[in-house]
Amino acid sequence: MTALAWLIPAALFLGGLGLLAFLWALRSGQFEDLEGAAYRALEDDPPEDSAGTQSSSHPE
Amino acid sequence: MTIHTLPASSGIKALGECEEEAPTFLTLAVENMRCGGCIRSVERAAMSVAGVRSARANLAAKRVSVGVENDLVSEADVIAALSHAGFVAAPMQSVGQYSETSRESALLRRVAVSGFAAMNIMLLSVSVWSGRAGDMDQSLVMLFCWLSALIALPTVVYAGQPFYASALSALKGRRLNMDVPISLAIILATGMSLYQTVVGSEQVYFDAAVSLLFFLLIGRYLDEHLRVRARGEAQNLLSLQSGIASLIGEGGSLRPVPAHALMPGDKVLIGAGERAPADALVLSGSADIDQSLITGETIPVAVAPGAQIYAGTLNLGSALTVQVTAADSATLLAEIGRLMAAAEQGKARYRRLADRAAQIYAPAVHGLGLATFLGWLIVGAPWQTALTYAIAVLIITCPCALALAVPAVQIAAASRLFRRGIVIKAADGLERVAEADMVVFDKTGTLTLGCPQLVNDAAISDEVLRSAAALAASSKHPYAQAIVAAARNRQIAVAAPDGVEETPGRGLVRILPCGEERLGSAEWCGIAPDRGGPSLVWYALDWRTPVRFCFADALRSDATAVLEELKRRGFSVALLSGDRNSAVEQAARATGITTWQSELTPARKIDWLADCAREGRKVLMVGDGLNDAPALAAAHASLSPASAADISQRAADFVFQGMRLAPVLEVLSTAKRARNLSLQNFGVAFCYNIVAVPFAMAGCVTPLIAAIVMSTSSILVTLNATRLAGRGK
Repeated sequence: MTALAWLIPAALFLGGLGLLAFLWALRSGQFEDLEGAAYRALEDDPPEDSAGTQSSSHPE
Repeated sequence: MTIHTLPASSGIKALGECEEEAPTFLTLAVENMRCGGCIRSVERAAMSVAGVRSARANLAAKRVSVGVENDLVSEADVIAALSHAGFVAAPMQSVGQYSETSRESALLRRVAVSGFAAMNIMLLSVSVWSGRAGDMDQSLVMLFCWLSALIALPTVVYAGQPFYASALSALKGRRLNMDVPISLAIILATGMSLYQTVVGSEQVYFDAAVSLLFFLLIGRYLDEHLRVRARGEAQNLLSLQSGIASLIGEGGSLRPVPAHALMPGDKVLIGAGERAPADALVLSGSADIDQSLITGETIPVAVAPGAQIYAGTLNLGSALTVQVTAADSATLLAEIGRLMAAAEQGKARYRRLADRAAQIYAPAVHGLGLATFLGWLIVGAPWQTALTYAIAVLIITCPCALALAVPAVQIAAASRLFRRGIVIKAADGLERVAEADMVVFDKTGTLTLGCPQLVNDAAISDEVLRSAAALAASSKHPYAQAIVAAARNRQIAVAAPDGVEETPGRGLVRILPCGEERLGSAEWCGIAPDRGGPSLVWYALDWRTPVRFCFADALRSDATAVLEELKRRGFSVALLSGDRNSAVEQAARATGITTWQSELTPARKIDWLADCAREGRKVLMVGDGLNDAPALAAAHASLSPASAADISQRAADFVFQGMRLAPVLEVLSTAKRARNLSLQNFGVAFCYNIVAVPFAMAGCVTPLIAAIVMSTSSILVTLNATRLAGRGK
């Protein structure tokens, strides 16, 4: 029974971590271009400098 | 800025960036960005412009966002670089887009939070429910209930806000909408469960309240997603339409500027083959202009200094210098604006299918809930039991089919149409099109392509066409481009030779060893002027008889087939045009339309549509011209090609791309199937209510079972909706 004392908090913590990861992804613009991201994964060249990633989170 | 609160290690870099000027971002719509390779080319092309710091293309939105260092880089520079790389781009006209996308992501956040809460509470509930059957310790059950409450309360407060806000505004206006019973069910179920947890009872139903919220939020998100996407696409189209104008600066220097940035009083140069970027007064130059986009009239009109020209007219002759005038001073535009405002008022009365269903549904739900509560009280049950049964009724009857299935069907239909190059602009457009029983076409630019085509193709030999096309290849004049297109149609390779000189408004000439080769007006080729005409071009080579090229606005290639199919499906069709009687009659004959009207003013078109509406017909109007805009706004539903006038695209519910007319059929059939699926989903929901409500009222259904049954029906209707997107790709 004492196992529950840490199992439940652990389960909630891990679930909450997933939720936070999703909220972070949403905020940083990961879902703004779902079609384009599929192609970007296939590019051979090294990723562009930091300017490219910064611009993804700015408001339009 | 929060930079100063950052720890020192990361603060150095952030401060370093802050000292530079904050980057400005330009957003451009890029029309023909379609694949992964395009993303790279677009970004590379934009980065190659001096002063550009970053470029990020968005394939789904068909936009590129460019970070620039200072004001020296203009949108026109980036557009020039992109067009060099083969992309058509235009500056975005910013109209409150940011607040829409932020509202969409706020909804998505609520979906995520309620999903997390629903999963965890379900987990705890399953333990509680299965533990009760066995020998679970009472104190452990209490712990689980309190944990559920801890998760559920903040979730219900945070994630339910869109429903509470909408319900509150409805109640303030003394109306009932579907969000009232939804809010009531969620708040009552949560409050009741909290009370039961405090008194230590077994009837705790946080799981039902939160999973209900989760499902309803998904529906709300899909609905919002469709709206934002439709509005974004519409904005792209409008931005691309406006394009770039050549502004004449101090001392006669030319500077490209976005057309929407033009101010009254600006002087602009309109080259041959270019469209007027704004309403303007001609200052110098004289030319024939094609006003078909404005009036539907296909014969070009001659303009001279002092003449008024409208945005969207095509310059067929030599370059014109014009001065931009304020839009409201133009009588034609003012008239059209007035007609449109009146027509749109009439349309705002349309109520969506889900809203109409809600009007009947909401009072019924409240009535049943109240009847259950009072009924059980009268029978003598304790108020807690009566309230629990009433909550079960509210949850069972919760309008998931309305809130989830209709948006799901609409999203499926929209993505099906998007794939075929058809953009939905009005969120309720699909429902209105599905009711149409009559299709009314405009002629110029709708049944026809709206740009000149070579019509005496058969009378011209391959050899003459090859030489004429070679000459024409270097010109931007629409007739020249039509000759090149005709040559390409015959698989003749066209390459522009050196030494071609163009005299705007007259013709082209090239000196050959054996003499002069000319392409242009009759006068230009040394032919008696009486053999010339506004839609004629001659090709002359010194020693041979000149060859005549005739141009006319040709029908879209599949116009006749589409019209036949429409009649086969039982639609009545009609043709309304502002063009001359003879031209309209010819087009009507060719396409087999028996009801047609010519030389109509915009006001007469509306009257005609109003007559149809009085006869009880629901008209789908297909048109492109400025003169069609009021009719598009007045018709029950409307469709316009992507080549249409700015104002018409604003008015239309759908915009289709490409040279074919077939999208009209596609819109009609998709809309009809979407409506059938929506009705099917209503049917599913109705049947399930008929079966489940009596059980719930009798107290045989606990809120937990109600939540499970409700979820099952939600998933069923959503799966039904996806059938639309899958087939016939």
